Amino acid sequence: MDGSAPDRREVVIPGDLLNGHGLKPGSGTFNEGGRIYAARIGTVAERDGFVDVIPLSGRYIPRSRDVIIGKITDLGPSHWLVDINSPYPAPLNAKETPWMVEFGDTDRYLHVGDVVIGEIVSVDEAMRVQLSIADRQFGRLTGGQILDISPAKVPRLIGRNGNMVALIREFTNVRMFVGQNGRIWIDGDAEGVYHAAHVIKVIDDSGPAPGLTDQVRAYLEAAYGRRATTPAERDDDGRH
Amino acid sequence: MTAEVISELMREHIARLAASGKRSDGRGFDEPRKLVVQKNYIKNAEGSARVQLGNTDVLVGVKIDVGEPYPDTPNQGVLSTSAELIPLASPTFESGPPSPTAIELARVVDRGIRESKTVNTEKLCITPKEKVWIMFIDIHALDYDGNLFDAASYGALSALSCAKVPASKIGKEDYPLPLEHWPISVTSAKIGGNVVVDPNLDEERIADARITVTTDENGDIRAMQKGLKGSFNLDEIRAAIRTSQKVGKGLRGIIQRD
Amino acid sequence: MEDIEHIPKELQLIDKKGIRLDGRRFNELRPIKIEAGVLKKADGSAYLEWGNNKVLAAVYGPREAHPRHLQDPAKALVQCRYNMAPFSVTERKRPGPDRRSVEISKVISEAFASVVFVEQFPRTSVDIYIEVLQADAGTRCAGLTAASVALADAGIPMRDLVSSCASGKIGGVVALDLNKDEDNFGEADCPMAIVPRTGEIVLLQMDGHLTAHEFDQAMELSINAAKQIYELQRDALRRRYAAVAEAAEQEALREPPPQEAPRETPPDMPEDLPPEVDDL
Repeated sequence: MDGSAPDRREVVIPGDLLNGHGLKPGSGTFNEGGRIYAARIGTVAERDGFVDVIPLSGRYIPRSRDVIIGKITDLGPSHWLVDINSPYPAPLNAKETPWMVEFGDTDRYLHVGDVVIGEIVSVDEAMRVQLSIADRQFGRLTGGQILDISPAKVPRLIGRNGNMVALIREFTNVRMFVGQNGRIWIDGDAEGVYHAAHVIKVIDDSGPAPGLTDQVRAYLEAAYGRRATTPAERDDDGRH
Repeated sequence: MTAEVISELMREHIARLAASGKRSDGRGFDEPRKLVVQKNYIKNAEGSARVQLGNTDVLVGVKIDVGEPYPDTPNQGVLSTSAELIPLASPTFESGPPSPTAIELARVVDRGIRESKTVNTEKLCITPKEKVWIMFIDIHALDYDGNLFDAASYGALSALSCAKVPASKIGKEDYPLPLEHWPISVTSAKIGGNVVVDPNLDEERIADARITVTTDENGDIRAMQKGLKGSFNLDEIRAAIRTSQKVGKGLRGIIQRD
Repeated sequence: MEDIEHIPKELQLIDKKGIRLDGRRFNELRPIKIEAGVLKKADGSAYLEWGNNKVLAAVYGPREAHPRHLQDPAKALVQCRYNMAPFSVTERKRPGPDRRSVEISKVISEAFASVVFVEQFPRTSVDIYIEVLQADAGTRCAGLTAASVALADAGIPMRDLVSSCASGKIGGVVALDLNKDEDNFGEADCPMAIVPRTGEIVLLQMDGHLTAHEFDQAMELSINAAKQIYELQRDALRRRYAAVAEAAEQEALREPPPQEAPRETPPDMPEDLPPEVDDL
């Protein structure tokens, strides 16, 4: 790894006072008596004049434009219900698909137990969610397997500008879709899938310390016996 | 219990792995998960053990006290087994009275102990028709990742193996509860024609059929229970018996240790 | 209901030198150990030992509130279920909630309802489960303290942790953290829970007999002890996330296993992948 000593990011706990000089309270924080405190377990980051707490745990809370991987759990004549591993069930309206679904014909296109990749179109204040799989790159997934990780770890799995997923794909050659809701779909040859799944687990178990990309690169280079071509990028410049 | 939908995709993935001799957690078909036993976990209980079978975690307590025998068995102690699938152990467990799953679990574990005379209830008599030892075996699931039958059964046997009869309550000295046999239950699940030992939660959810075979230290069969809606042929059942004898031996060693 | 034969009535719970039956002074806590993140299935969890108490706390949520008619369209419900395992007490307890467990569940739910940011999760429920595995008095304080850690472990947004402790009176002396014998033979017991940062009292119960002055003494003992307990809770949470980081490092540097399956031809290049969302 590079020369600088690893700096264990400090973990903040709900109720911790944050150093918010001149900053506004961002996500994962709250304002009390003019001071900013952490509301969740996580690490502190600054962004555009806000101080945020990046969560280290917690369930997936849907946000508009998130790409998600969901499971069909129920259906009605003009919609399906999708489990997106979140406190809120997500309906998928028949109109939000690439197909011309006639009323009552929903079962012909998606059954209970099917897996889809799609996006969250909207979330209202009552946390009611609308999904869509209409765009070309979305739809039903077949084959492969689903892995579940903590949604808090998804940004680390993707990496800055996608460099972590690129690194994994470069070596393992797996097809991989990462849902913001912590669901990952992968498919490929047995060895590639084995290594990709292993790396995904390491990322899921990882703490806030920097250097994760280096560790993953080291593992993959050892596993495949060659160096990476995906460029090295420091991942500890204030963001995961 | 509420059911959790398992995706078709994962169902196919596990079945495909099984067809090529593999399992999702890398185990062999005949390989149980790692078993960890901690005896004497609860001081207030006369016997107790916390057992982890892979990620399935079960705590079993044995309470022994003086009481009256049932009228139809005046010379025998009383053995009662119950199981609680507490909601903390799984998002699919709900609070409330015991579900059919909890009841079946308790009855299967109970049978394994009672019918095999692991604990001989005739030896739990203090004064015939008046005073006997009453034994409660309470199974408490803490973390559910498949195969509660085996985990609970190992927990119960481990708890019994370190239990002390509180004879000081009747003016004598406490003594270790004598066990006459060491039955080990080994559960297998059938997935698309392949039979795997100690199914984890994903495997359990897609299994067509399940069989539990309990064998003792001599390799003799003490209990059997087939579950779920599929079926086994006779060869598969014989194979399950051999697996129970083989796997049971290794696990018995762990449970018999202090 | 507890067996009382083993304590002769003449025995002093606290002697003239201020030493109690278990060797503690009037203002000493029993030893406490806390571990966060001990269960796999729950969203958050904690295991706590407090003297001879052993409690396990788990949190699921926020998740859809059931039954639906209980859902609150504006906020999350905070529902706690406190339960004692049958083998947790000297005389076996029948499985299932009794009136005492129901009452404790209620007051603990209410304690957390004021610290959790419930408006962030309308129509959901934050379910807290406290399981007493071994009991020696003070189980509701132990349970609440563990549940606080479990809530933080689950990533539930809160204003602060909640710390809980009890004080009472034994042999005429106001004392901290009564054990079972002291609770049974003492003159008063007063469990409380506090939001350490703000000093808000979110749980308070009392039974027995105390003068107003004795009550003040008891609260002073409990509030000071709560500060120590708060540090133990925070330490448990910090250790959990530091341990997780270390484990991941070990994993990444381990030798990969020898190749098992022969290399297959890689599949065709995939069609358009969905755009990866960059981390915010």
